[in-house]
Amino acid sequence: MRIHPRYTQRGAIAVLGGATLLTLLILAFIIFFILEKGLPGISLSFLTTNPTDMGRAGGIFPTLIGTIILPLLAIIIATPLGIFTSVYLSEYTKENKATRIIRFGTDCLAGIPSIIFGLFGYIFFVVTLGFGWSILSGGLTLAVMILPTIIRTSEEAIRAVPKSYREVSFSLGATSWQTVKKVILPNALPGIVTGIMLSIGRAIGETAAVIFTAGSSLRIPSSVFDSTRTMAVHFYILAREGISAENAYATAATLIIAVLIVNLSAYWLMHRFIAKRS
Amino acid sequence: MEIKLSIKNLDAYYGKNQVLKNISLDIPKNKVVAIIGPSGCGKSTFLRSLNRMHEVVGGTIKGEILLDGEDLTKTDPVLLRKRVGMVFQKPNPFPSMSIFNNVAAGLKLNGVRNKKQITPIVEKCLRQAALWEEVKNNLNDSGANISGGQQQRLCIARTLAVNPEVILMDEPASALDPISTTKIEDLIFELKKDYTIVIVTHNMQQAARVSDYTAFFYMGELIEFSDTKKMFTSPDKQQTEDYIRGRFG
Repeated sequence: MRIHPRYTQRGAIAVLGGATLLTLLILAFIIFFILEKGLPGISLSFLTTNPTDMGRAGGIFPTLIGTIILPLLAIIIATPLGIFTSVYLSEYTKENKATRIIRFGTDCLAGIPSIIFGLFGYIFFVVTLGFGWSILSGGLTLAVMILPTIIRTSEEAIRAVPKSYREVSFSLGATSWQTVKKVILPNALPGIVTGIMLSIGRAIGETAAVIFTAGSSLRIPSSVFDSTRTMAVHFYILAREGISAENAYATAATLIIAVLIVNLSAYWLMHRFIAKRS
Repeated sequence: MEIKLSIKNLDAYYGKNQVLKNISLDIPKNKVVAIIGPSGCGKSTFLRSLNRMHEVVGGTIKGEILLDGEDLTKTDPVLLRKRVGMVFQKPNPFPSMSIFNNVAAGLKLNGVRNKKQITPIVEKCLRQAALWEEVKNNLNDSGANISGGQQQRLCIARTLAVNPEVILMDEPASALDPISTTKIEDLIFELKKDYTIVIVTHNMQQAARVSDYTAFFYMGELIEFSDTKKMFTSPDKQQTEDYIRGRFG
């Protein structure tokens, strides 16, 4: 039996639209659920005071610091490394066996569970290099963890810049580096920023790799060699050890709002940059 | 007659595939030389080898190409391309840049930042490209928001801004409507007063209209190179005549 194209078309719209709707609903449900449970616990004092009694009472101020400083350190280390590597791979090397192996390697790295990175960070940064459980160890581990994502997303963004831009640039007497700096990176920027955003999200939400390398101290750190605790780790410990479900949800809600703020401000900055440039 | 570019025994390859075989010809200064021939005859590769853009797409050449007597296959390609500019088949202004910045792109890429220095060059080049009157009131609009013909003249202005001596044009009007094509052809006629022009074209009438000399390429070989009038009235070779009369290609 042959179904009229009009009906298959309607069926396709229903299936595709339904999938999209379902995804959005699940997302909205998660956010709503967390916010509903967590928002009542959030107050100014919750954000600005130190926790007491292991986090059973008091606020989450030290974990706010940890959540900002660790991903920040990771991004500062990984972004230039990642972008330079992707520029080198896409603009300065010819496609051959070596670049394919490098690309395959980064893809594999991107797929490794974060706890493996945590274990590596523990053995290498914490023990071998003697950084201890510290912001430095944690930041370096997170940097290694997000590096593949930044390399691959930047490379995709750079490859998406039309070939003709490069040709024009070269034909005007530009060097490869001038072409990269003035033509390729500005046009690849939205894609690169998206990759960095994904990485920030991953770093902020990370627990396994952080517990192994940055520890879970609730004191306010005074140097990069001090241990710290991020909101994600705090949430994990509060929930896992049954310390306080209420504060766990409040921490989770704060985390979601923080990620939202980071994302929105990054997109706002990027659009302002694009508007200013053209 | 002064010779601007002298090509001697030029072979070109993409990998092991030879696309140009032993090409020798002289391009006189302040003249327009048209390169004609069927698709795949090597005319674009020939054009690209004149400013070594073939390297960008992975080609290699053997032989000599003398620009004012100096072998350009041995010079720095970056410096060479400032002397030998290029206009591409598809109009390709940078869409993220304004009209003004598109013309200034070559200057800015080369590190010129002073706006007082750039502004008069932009105006001069837009005038030379016969586009100034049409865009002078919206220089800050995107380079992608003007018609295809205007975009191509914008690209010509962009090439002129680097102040080249030779301009290579790769089928510059093949994506344009007849009126825009006429404008480009008129422009080529004006530009040859100041520049030496090499143009690849699929359009026989266009070659006859705009060029002083014509080279006919076939299967990677230069079949005939002569005065355009002679080429289109009484070519030496039967193959040339057949192609011009539209019997193949």
